[in-house]
Amino acid sequence: MGAFSYFPATPSDIELMLRRIGVKSLDDLYSDVPGDFMFGGEYDLPAAMTEQQVRDFFKSLAGADPKLKVFAGAGAYDHYTPSVIPYVTSRSEFLTAYTPYQCEISQGTLRYVFEWQTMICELTGLDVANASMYDGPTAAAEAVRMCVASARRRSTVVVSSLLLPQVLEVVGTYAKWGGVNIKVAGDVAGAVSEYADDLAGVIVPGIDRYGRIVDLSGIADAAHKAGALMVEYCDPSALAVLKTPAEWGADVAVGDGQSLGIPLNYGGPYVGFMACRSEHMRKLPGRIVGESRDSEGRRCYVLTLQAREQHIRREKATSNICSNESLMALWCTVYLSLMGPEGMKRVNALCHERSHMLYRELLSTGLFEEAFPGADFIKEFALRPLVSSDTLQQALLKAGYFAALKVDGEDLVTFCATEKRTVEEIEGLVKAVCSLKEDRK
Amino acid sequence: MRYYDRLVFELSKPGRVGFSLPDASEGLAALSGIDSRLMRSVPARLPEVTEVDVVRHYTNLSQMNFGVDTGFYPLGSCTMKYNPKVNEEISGVFADVHPLQPESTLKGVKTVYDCLGKSLSAITGMKKFTFLPCAGAHGELTGLMLIREYHLRRGDTARTKVIVPDSAHGTNPASAAVCGLEIVQVKSDASGLVDVESLKPLLGPDVAAIMMTNPNTLGLFESNIKSIASMVHEAGALLYYDGANMNPLVGVARPGDMGFDVMHLNLHKTFSTPHGGGGPGSGPVGVGEKLVDVVDSQKVSGFHGNFAVMLRALAYILMLGRQNVGMVGRLSTLNANYIKESLKDSFKLPIPSVCKHEFVFDGLADDGSDGGSRPGASTLDVAKRLLDFGFHAPTIYFPLLFHQAIMIEPTETESLETMDAFIDVMHKIAEEAKKDPEVLRSAPHTTPVGRPDETAAARNPILKYSFE
Amino acid sequence: MSNIKEGLLYSESHEWVYVDGNVAIIGVSDFAQEEMGDITYVDVPCAVDDVVKAGEDFGALESVKASSDLYSPVSGTVVAVNAALDANPAAINEDPYGAWIIKIEMSDTSELDSLLKPAAYAQIAK
Repeated sequence: MGAFSYFPATPSDIELMLRRIGVKSLDDLYSDVPGDFMFGGEYDLPAAMTEQQVRDFFKSLAGADPKLKVFAGAGAYDHYTPSVIPYVTSRSEFLTAYTPYQCEISQGTLRYVFEWQTMICELTGLDVANASMYDGPTAAAEAVRMCVASARRRSTVVVSSLLLPQVLEVVGTYAKWGGVNIKVAGDVAGAVSEYADDLAGVIVPGIDRYGRIVDLSGIADAAHKAGALMVEYCDPSALAVLKTPAEWGADVAVGDGQSLGIPLNYGGPYVGFMACRSEHMRKLPGRIVGESRDSEGRRCYVLTLQAREQHIRREKATSNICSNESLMALWCTVYLSLMGPEGMKRVNALCHERSHMLYRELLSTGLFEEAFPGADFIKEFALRPLVSSDTLQQALLKAGYFAALKVDGEDLVTFCATEKRTVEEIEGLVKAVCSLKEDRK
Repeated sequence: MRYYDRLVFELSKPGRVGFSLPDASEGLAALSGIDSRLMRSVPARLPEVTEVDVVRHYTNLSQMNFGVDTGFYPLGSCTMKYNPKVNEEISGVFADVHPLQPESTLKGVKTVYDCLGKSLSAITGMKKFTFLPCAGAHGELTGLMLIREYHLRRGDTARTKVIVPDSAHGTNPASAAVCGLEIVQVKSDASGLVDVESLKPLLGPDVAAIMMTNPNTLGLFESNIKSIASMVHEAGALLYYDGANMNPLVGVARPGDMGFDVMHLNLHKTFSTPHGGGGPGSGPVGVGEKLVDVVDSQKVSGFHGNFAVMLRALAYILMLGRQNVGMVGRLSTLNANYIKESLKDSFKLPIPSVCKHEFVFDGLADDGSDGGSRPGASTLDVAKRLLDFGFHAPTIYFPLLFHQAIMIEPTETESLETMDAFIDVMHKIAEEAKKDPEVLRSAPHTTPVGRPDETAAARNPILKYSFE
Repeated sequence: MSNIKEGLLYSESHEWVYVDGNVAIIGVSDFAQEEMGDITYVDVPCAVDDVVKAGEDFGALESVKASSDLYSPVSGTVVAVNAALDANPAAINEDPYGAWIIKIEMSDTSELDSLLKPAAYAQIAK
């Protein structure tokens, strides 16, 4: 083996260290590993590449696939990312730090997490937020666990069937093994009264799987009357204009921060968030940063309420989470700082403008019917296509658009248009749809 | 590092903006047309700042942080190795790919999963991986779900317990509890290994699995693994491998060959992806032959896992290649033993045998206390004093087996010179403790902030900015 | 040397019991609070009318870096939980024998026989 750029040890360094340790060879350091477990052959790995080859390899992989304009959402939204964000988040002091255990040399991380917690509280209207979760669906699954932990001896959670499919799936996976009884219901209010005796929580979307803004009136009262908590799954970008979880009466809010300027990246990393009312603070999973003073009286930030966590409470912890998505929380914090209240309003206005334009133009092709006439939406909507949804999606792909996502088990497709989509792109997509009309003739 | 005392909210001034977006008057009018019952009554108090405010603010914050790029980060069990820059460079090549795109548009993406899966299988001896878990603890949870699914599919519903050694990471029992398993603890023996005699009577028809970390959290290879594996398998249970400590075995030995049935890897430890101040990580779970059919059965995250983290890990593997992989584990083990041997006179070494990638001291050999009025320096004090010398502290007070535990893991990417500088400082701190432990007890002295009042923070939590 | 108050019974897990007729008033010993350090939160999830069993945990004390389960020395029904500790967990550090945590109406007073007298407890509280 020749020298390698990530290994500083030279042959003479190795000699010197072995001598200090008092062994003859590197493999002597493994004398406690049974001989037949020492891997003898050559590892079945590619040959080492140079940095240039690695670059070319990934460039060629990316080049193998078409570049598509994304007109789809369903939990991953193609919003604009200001150039400041990758610049700030790639600062190595943030990027290459561990979890901020040593607060004296981690004030950078601790401060942005505190800012993130504050921003999540502002968006949701709730009192307390944690340092982040893996993604929206896992945050929802943890919220379900939190409902059951708070309720004591009740284990049913009613879950709205209007949530995104991946949220239902992940919630179902966690619940199955965690002893939670999940009732997926279209009629949430009805299910709440049906299971009132064992009800620990209710989870509903602020925006449903068809992109519709949901009127959540009455859900909180019904849940509370049954002695259960209300959880809202929300889009944090839209929360800048929509009624907050706190205003709907929710006790817990969860969702995915991806819509706050995180690139699609084939699904990750994104960032889950979780906020609650202060009375449930001790049941919140994950890291939490708090403000304190140092020995000189200076304002400083620390990981706090750690006695809830796995490294102290072990099997009695509120959750097993430790690493979360800290850097992505920074990503969103920088995004929200740049956008401010005005920018967030404008993003939502532009989404509304573009998606409604697309909606109108698609209907005018005559190839769609309205699925939910009169429903309010911000950036995503469902239509009933009069051609096969596969044909539709294929035709659009061919023209360079990823759109018309089929809704599982229904004759509907969804479209999404963010502020990133231009009028020209919308017109191009509609033109590609129209070409189907000619095919049909 | 210098103290910078601002929060972004404190920079806010009405009328300033940091965005560049097209005019939206039509959309704004349309928004106000939505039923007001669906709209929020007061705007979120987000900061109103310019782009330059944001850049300076976060640059200033970053300067109060210590990363691997700043200096030596010997945090035990965290494998803080160097994070190569080419990883970052290529990590955005699929930034615009939507997670629900059809397979026909994902040739490149699929190649990444294939290459990474095959490489991880080659390194670990596992047959197949799922990439959905987003972190190590998430991987543990997923692995345990797979184990439960496996037993259930065989019609064996009685296996509701999991055995966890007392030296295990806290996530092990926590993950088991989230997975609905009952935890049974098995003791370590005097040499720090799982006590085989204590394990025997615990194995029964109600045990789903044993979770092992190998080398364990004391940095010791569980040399009885062969007999443990056969005992566990004979009892119908499975062996779970906690991959947090995989680094010393990379290129040396494979969990799959040792009889482990399920394992997770921390790509953000072993495979050089940056930890990001607490994520994003990636915790792929690999399974042996028996569990190949269940490996994809658990939907534990929204889409396909943290794909951009996997890209970084694959870049690292391609740089290493088969030629360099053999030195990852060996050099990490060499470095750990070198530091251990160099410091064992100044610090208590409870287990003197050869370690793997990390080892544990039990506090200072002489903490400087006079048995009376002069209190000695604790492990916490040593850790804090190290910060003054420009080193990150080791992991402290873990594992719980030793009251003054100091757990040191140098990784293979640290040079002899860096380690010698660390060793010198550790000796110096030990000398200081003997002479005047107060220097340690009041440390750190040179960091942006001193020791925080953590009790006040926990008793009266202030968890968000007060705008008033 | 920690203070071991006379007139109380003690458990091996460092809870004290003051017997008031049929009701056991329960707190933690001076030794326990010293070992814990600054207590930051008293986590007692059970409520009045809950049934507890001797030896089972009914809550936990939290400090910054530790958590210690509270075990009920007796079986019975919870008749009161000290809500004042929510706002002032430090009371346990300041006055461990004044800061009671929970009151339990005992279902089997013979369980008291297995608890330790102050002299016996002094043997383990060190």
